[in-house]
Amino acid sequence: MKRTKRRYLALQVDSDGAPTPKEFIDAVWSAVTKLYGEYGASQTGLALIDYNEGEKKAVIRAALATVNMVRTALASITSVANKEAAVQVIAVSGTIKALYENLR
Amino acid sequence: MKRNFADLHLRLNMKDPASASRIINKTAKLGYRLIAVPTTTETSQDETAKLQRICNEAKIDLATRIDIKPRTQNELTHQLRRLRRKFEVICVTCDNKEVARQAAKDHRVDLLNFPSTDFRRRFFDRAEAELAHKSLAALEVDVKPLLVLEGPARVRLLSSLRREIAIAREFHVPIVVSSGVSAEMQLRRPRELAALAFLYGLDEISALEAVSQNPMAIIKRNREKLNHRFVAPGIRIVKEGKDC
Repeated sequence: MKRTKRRYLALQVDSDGAPTPKEFIDAVWSAVTKLYGEYGASQTGLALIDYNEGEKKAVIRAALATVNMVRTALASITSVANKEAAVQVIAVSGTIKALYENLR
Repeated sequence: MKRNFADLHLRLNMKDPASASRIINKTAKLGYRLIAVPTTTETSQDETAKLQRICNEAKIDLATRIDIKPRTQNELTHQLRRLRRKFEVICVTCDNKEVARQAAKDHRVDLLNFPSTDFRRRFFDRAEAELAHKSLAALEVDVKPLLVLEGPARVRLLSSLRREIAIAREFHVPIVVSSGVSAEMQLRRPRELAALAFLYGLDEISALEAVSQNPMAIIKRNREKLNHRFVAPGIRIVKEGKDC
């Protein structure tokens, strides 16, 4: 079977409060399912890799073929845990190591 | 080549300079090089000067824009005659078919905008696109309704926008994707704005052009026309005086 290519996205959460990792990833899943449905969401291979509650920064993983879908869904997020929020993509990379180097 | 991103539709409350300053600073931080804030004929020169000062401090270029919503063809031509030399961007919100057709064929109109929630008043069809192509008018699409609407309303909006964008691309009408937002939390990075445009059926390159090249081209063209050295397209005064 062909190996699935992935991309890692570094995100910045703009929000009044400090959402927990669960609240954040729930908001991401909810946005993806709202826009693309459960079938579309199942193709994204979304996973939360890292979440820094203090800095409100997150790293998520998505399948390369669906990066644009995930980006669109992230841009459509307007609230996290019932608080007004926006999620901005800071960097995209093929490996976690390169992503952290980009962020430094 | 590095892209210069522009947001031609940033709705600011001119009466609240603190909030306007916050939004402009955030826009600059998000990576925009140019913004346009819609004004009305009632906006005072003092408010515009204040806005210009805030933009200078934030190191972001400000283009002057006016949104007009005429009810008849005559009203539109009258307003265009009066305002064209004063603003860098003129956007016509087309409320009826008569105005939409006249706006599409008038060279003085830069942007065509249609009510996003009233689907019966979106008049961007093939005839409109053909006229717009000849007059160099661009179709403006705001992303704010996408962020605000939910459920069936959003589905209907996406479906009508996809149809309009397909027509615009068929007739080579430039597409400008703007935010149309008035709150800080609704601001998105230019690439996120382009990502939202994927939902309208734009591919990655066209979506990025809709937030960079297309709006920048309108501003460049109009700034050149508003320059006192401009005579006609392709002709400008390079030197004047007795020794010419």
